[in-house]
Parts: sequence; structure tokens; C-alpha cells
Amino acid sequence: MMAKSLFDKLWERHVVVPETGDSPAVLYIDLHLIHEVTSPQAFSVLEERGLAVRRPDRTKATLDHSTPTLKAGADGRLPYATAQAEKQVERLIANTKAHGIELFGIGDPRRGIVHVIGPELGLTQPGKTIVCGDSHTSTHGAFGALAFGIGTTEVGHVLATQCLLQRKPRSMRVTVEGELPPGSGAKDMALAIIAEIGADGGQGYALEFAGSAVRALSMEGRMTLCNMAIEAGARVGMVAPDETTFDWLKGRDRVPADWDAAVSDWRTLPSDEGARFDKEVVLNGSAVAPMITYGVSPDAAAPVTGNAPRAETAEARHAADYMKFAEGRPFTEQAVDRVFIGSCTNSRLSDLREAAAVMRGRTVASGVTALVVPGSEAVRRDAEAEGLHIIFLNAGAEWREPGCSMCIGMNGDIGQPGELVVSTSNRNFIGRQGKGVRTVLAGPATAAASAIAGHIADPRDYLDAAREPEHV
Amino acid sequence: MFEPMRTLTSGTIVLARANIDTDQIIPARYLTTTSREGLGKHAFHDWRYDEAGAPAEDSPLDGPEHKGHAILVAGPNFGCGSSREHAPWALVDFGFRAVVSSDIADIFKSNALKNGLLPVEIDAETHARLLECPGREVTIDLEAGVLTSGNDIEAHFTVEPFAKKCLLEGNDPLGFLTDRMDAITAYEKDHAKEIGA
Ligand code: SF4
Repeated sequence: MMAKSLFDKLWERHVVVPETGDSPAVLYIDLHLIHEVTSPQAFSVLEERGLAVRRPDRTKATLDHSTPTLKAGADGRLPYATAQAEKQVERLIANTKAHGIELFGIGDPRRGIVHVIGPELGLTQPGKTIVCGDSHTSTHGAFGALAFGIGTTEVGHVLATQCLLQRKPRSMRVTVEGELPPGSGAKDMALAIIAEIGADGGQGYALEFAGSAVRALSMEGRMTLCNMAIEAGARVGMVAPDETTFDWLKGRDRVPADWDAAVSDWRTLPSDEGARFDKEVVLNGSAVAPMITYGVSPDAAAPVTGNAPRAETAEARHAADYMKFAEGRPFTEQAVDRVFIGSCTNSRLSDLREAAAVMRGRTVASGVTALVVPGSEAVRRDAEAEGLHIIFLNAGAEWREPGCSMCIGMNGDIGQPGELVVSTSNRNFIGRQGKGVRTVLAGPATAAASAIAGHIADPRDYLDAAREPEHV
Repeated sequence: MFEPMRTLTSGTIVLARANIDTDQIIPARYLTTTSREGLGKHAFHDWRYDEAGAPAEDSPLDGPEHKGHAILVAGPNFGCGSSREHAPWALVDFGFRAVVSSDIADIFKSNALKNGLLPVEIDAETHARLLECPGREVTIDLEAGVLTSGNDIEAHFTVEPFAKKCLLEGNDPLGFLTDRMDAITAYEKDHAKEIGA
């Protein structure tokens, strides 16, 4: 028998009609997640053609992108950024109702960012195919699922047929060996990988992350890593399921009733010894420092302790002009206006703990606005139960309601032109966080340290060990 | 559905920058629409309008010399970023029928093909030459997979065969899928255990 990769196995399991020279494979989709922004036009197509939703039971909806992160006012109304945003939300409510789709809507204790709640509810499972009209659907690959983002036309295809037309992409294994040094986390690993292979290095590939440094990551860390696969151009990022995966999922709401049978099936998923990949990349995990980005593409990433590099290309000069990072100057000299801790990349409980560990007993620098936005209602409850919100509030940060918030700025949470924002989200594209805003991507500890310092800061200077020697 | 396409001859508009992401093509604040129509006015909005919303003087897309140009020649890794289909909707509504680059992002490419916007990936050398001469008349022959311009430029490109057929004949991928409902039902029956109820 030919040795197969995790990706090969997931693919084969879901082929309804095999791919030929003339036509792509018909691939079955186990779970379809939808949200307000990329679904309304798909429902319109269904209506135009008189088609029904084939599997409403395999379709789950949430509200996250356009939803306010501020509480309802005295009149009970949520402060939507625009009437259109509110209309979009109402449309999803109406569409899910009309088609019998479960919606985790406003006020639902299970609501949150689509890529945070799928795993939380146990909907995301090893072996599944999962799609969503959102490119960061790769996040769910952390569980050994085949998960990728699709466009709205394809959302319509899945609604109508529970299938997609897909050509099998090539495969790439990214192996990170060694132990991450203290102060470095999954986000730093992700940025180091993207800096290594480039923003289009994963184009046309499904990535599998492997190696001891990846195995050692928590599920939250693996989600952060797979989330960022698309920033390397890869639609798919995966980690093979293992005990960490099963322990994390066990007991969650929507996991299979016959848990033992499911786990024994999932144990067959990891890549076989000798499985072939079209491309292999190897990185040294022990060399991954806390990272930041200094440009307008996620591959412009470097250790926070570095200096702004010389801009060699027209692209780099344009980015340097926009970011106002002077060549040769230390990154840590850059003054910060705003800090955003949130998004489907880094808004889970462990991320908030990391940020809180830095902010505890400290104060956000004057002139800096810091926004902490939990990824879901569940994260918010857990964080509040631990008192993390008190740490943030005491430090002078804002503690908001769950949603995408400043990751995409659709709900009105944006920066002002020219501001420098250190953000735990995934994209430093021009204008992503508001027109003229300069975005620096970083992990939660680096973002929190930068909020305290008032400039880009090395989180290692703020780790507890540095201020409170342990009592032995 | 869009018009079938065989050949396209038009002047080009050049946006040479690499990694032009979907937030540039259409900023997120215009995604609250629930329709596919009328997004052309927001295409490259922040490149075409200043802070006050007035047309930018140096817009590479709006001068009279670009009028009617339906071919966009863009830097490598065009369309990276989000999966928003609003990006090709906006480009098509703006008047583009093809995007030429050395390298076009996967999800954008897939979305473009479904909306009658032809993604043309050509070799880096020819691409570099096209980037240098905005406005140049270019002919794209989809059936033959050849892009030509004047006597001196010829490049070959491939389009996924199924998508190509859809573009050439105006076929409909959703129809292809709905024609296979029996196979889908059989798959669901066979895999009921694996994939859950
Ligand atoms: S947090 Fe950002 S990247 Fe994640 S789903 Fe929301 S908008 Fe997309």
C-alpha cells in the first residue's frame, strides 16, 4: 500500500465523483459554516433558482463580522456602524430561519467568531471537510480536518448540494523541530514560517505542519498556526490529530456520541511513515523569536529586537513609506497609538491569559488605546471567571463584546489615519484596520507589552520572571 | 450568468505593485452590501479617492486614456487575502474582463472564474514587459490559451479545463453539481457512519 499523507486520506474520504481531465472532483462537505457577510448573495442565488438548502443540519451560522463589540444602549439597540451592517445581520437571521439553519445569534451564549466557535462547540472534528466563506477557515485544520475558505458562489454550491467542485492541490509539509524559546508562541512561529516561504509560498498547496515544536503546541496554538496558513497563500493548513486534540475535544457539546469509535478512527488519520509531499520545508523552532511585521504584507516579518531593513525593491520602498519605518532604526523605537488583542488568530482564552500575564499590575501607556476583544461568548465567560477582564480594565484597556472587531473593521472598530496599531490579527494590508492605519502584526504577549511600553516592545522584558523572581 | 468569452482585445490598465490584496481591491467597509450589483464604484476605492472622497488626481484607473480598458495587468500574487467574492464583482462591474499577472492568488482565481473575469497567469518575463507599457493593446485568446500584443509579445497560459469550458460556453458549475444529486445521495448513504448523521 502506498504511504498516504493526512491530506490524501482526508481528500479520498470525501470524493463523491473523482476528478478527470475535464472536470474537478465533486468533494463532499461535512460542515458548512456561514456568517452575515459572504452568505446573502448565495441565498439569493438559491431563491432565484428555486433550490433548497440540501443539509441545513450540516450548516451552522453565526454573526461576527459586522456585529458591534459595544453593548446595547439604554434603548436596547445595538450600536451598528451603519444601517447596512444591521440589514446584513437581519438578512442572515431571516435566511437561517427560512431554511431551518441553526444560528448562534445575538444574545446566544454560543455566539462568537466563526473559527472560534466551531472548535469550541466540538463541531470541528478530525477527518471532517469544513468550509466557510472566509479565508481563515484553514484554522479548523488544527484538528486534522480538511478546512478551507470559499467564495460566495461556492457558498451557494454547498448550500444547494453539500458539495464543491475542487481540484486536488499539491501538498507541502512544514516541519518545525526543537523547542520554542520562552516568550515565543504559535503566532511567532507562524510569522517566522511566512517570512521564510513568502506570502505566496503556499499558493496551490495544502500545508501540513509537523515536527516536535508543532506537536508541543496546545490546540489554541495549533489553531493560530493553521489560521495563518492563508497568509502564506495556502488555503489549507493542517496538524495531524493526536492526544492533545482528543483531550481538547472530549466532552464538548457536538462531538460524536460514540466517542471511542470516533477516536479510534481519528487515530488512523495522521500521515503514514514515508508519505510523499510535493514540497518540504524545515525550520528550527528553537530559533523562533517574538516576531512583528514591519511592512504591508504578512511575510514582512522579523524578530522584534531587529531593525527596519533596507528597502531593496519598489514594493519594499512603498511599504516602508507607508509604515514610516526608517531604515536601520530599531523596531522598538516605533511609537504605538493603538493595540488590538483579538481576532480568530489570537482571541482564545490562552491568548488572553498571555496578554493578561504581561498587563497584570501595569498600566497602558498614556495616549495608547488598547482593545481586548474575546473571540466568543464562551471565551468571554471563561476569561471573566478568571478575572482576566479586571486585569485588562485595571490596566486601562477596553474589554469588549465578542466579534471580529478591528481585525477587519467592518463594525466600526477602526484606527485613525496614520495611527500605528499593534494587532494580534492576521493581516497588515494597507487600510485593513481603517484608512491610512499602519498595522503591525504580533502575538498577544508582544501586543500587550507594546501597549504598556507605548512603543513596539519585546514581551520578554515583561514576563513575570523578569519582575518577580520565583520563591524557591 | 455572464457572457461567454472566446477572445478579448483591449487596452490594459497597469497596477504594478506586488501582493495587491482584496482589501485594496475593495475595502471591507463596502462589504455590508447584500447584493452583487454596483460594486464597481468601490473598486480600488482608496487608490482612486482621497480622504475627503474626492477623485484622486493620480488615479491609475480613472483617466480618459484608460476609458474602456478591460484588461488589468497587475503585480505578482494579485488577489491575495480574503475570500470575498466582492473583489471580482467589483472588478467586473468596473469593466474588467481579464486580470493578467505572473501569479494570482488561489481563492481570488476561483472566484474570478465564476464571474466571467478571466485570470491569466503568464511567464514572469512577458509579465514584466506588459507592466512596463500601460495602455498597450493586448489580445487574449482563451480557447488557444495565448496572449499576444503587437508582433513582439506572445505568452501561453492555462485555465483549469472545466472553468475554461464554463467561460467558453457559458456553462454553469452549479448545474453540473445538481445533475449529480444521485451520486451525492449515494455517497451520504455509504458514508453515513463516518460523516455522522
Ligand atoms: S477575525 Fe478577522 S480573519 Fe477572523 S473571521 Fe473575523 S474578519 Fe475574518
